[in-house]
Amino acid sequence: MSGEHKVGVTTYATPTDTQVVITRVVAAPRRLVFDAWTNPKYVPRWLSGLEGWTMPVCEIDLRPGGSFHYVWRGADGSEMGMRGSYKEIVPPERLVSTETWGPEMRPPGSEVVEWPETLNTLVLTEVGGRTTITLTVTYPSKAARDAALQTGMKDGMDQGFTRLDTVLKTLA
Amino acid sequence: MQLKGYGRTVQGRLNATFAALADPTRRAIVARLAMGQASVAELARPFAMSQPAISKHLKVLERAGLISRGRDAQRRPRRLEARALAEATGWLERYREIWEANLRRLDALLDEIKAEERTRARTHSSKRSSP
Repeated sequence: MSGEHKVGVTTYATPTDTQVVITRVVAAPRRLVFDAWTNPKYVPRWLSGLEGWTMPVCEIDLRPGGSFHYVWRGADGSEMGMRGSYKEIVPPERLVSTETWGPEMRPPGSEVVEWPETLNTLVLTEVGGRTTITLTVTYPSKAARDAALQTGMKDGMDQGFTRLDTVLKTLA
Repeated sequence: MQLKGYGRTVQGRLNATFAALADPTRRAIVARLAMGQASVAELARPFAMSQPAISKHLKVLERAGLISRGRDAQRRPRRLEARALAEATGWLERYREIWEANLRRLDALLDEIKAEERTRARTHSSKRSSP
């Protein structure tokens, strides 16, 4: 394949109406990548988000039906949380989980009812000691994805502002 | 807060956009313009504010590139510049930004784990070879 991915380059694609796919090649065997992705000892060290944020809560119950809970804290002390549960665990190659942003994510007074739950599928393939990470995030509908991706300007406006308020809080 | 990995110009532009949108009146103006262009008088109507006060807000939005003036010389209707707003609120951009930062750290962490494993393997084999 001529479009082979390079180490250190992330690609983002929207192959269907409801999905976002993130692809990245890392210079490590997938056994280590799977561990970095699922071990609470490692997760907060890399999944902490934007510069200046930390991940003070990282609870992982890695078994089918088990849940995880992440909380991020911004430099100004504002927090946002995420919860999910594991549907499928096939180390070191596949991890399927649901994911939803917690109410902490909602700015006070906002009327956003619920953040859509997404289904996240992580697939790790290894060739010559390098691992291709493919993370597919599936939204419940095109509308939900578009709202999340903020492509529909008018319809997504309110959600955009809600999100913007959150972003402003973190930038303040 | 620094947006790591972002070009200076983009960062500067975003700062201006966020500063402009930090004000609730200006956000309301942007929301109104999302429904279509409007004159200064039309924009001032829902607010208990004088036209000059509204004009001040419009200037801030204009400087941030969020709105522009239409061609109609008499009404000078303001309209939304969707691209600037999309840049500010674009989730995909933020998504990218967050994931880029995460994955850069993942690279570094994986290097560290690999090095640890190598050290462990060396210690282990030297232990085994010693009596």
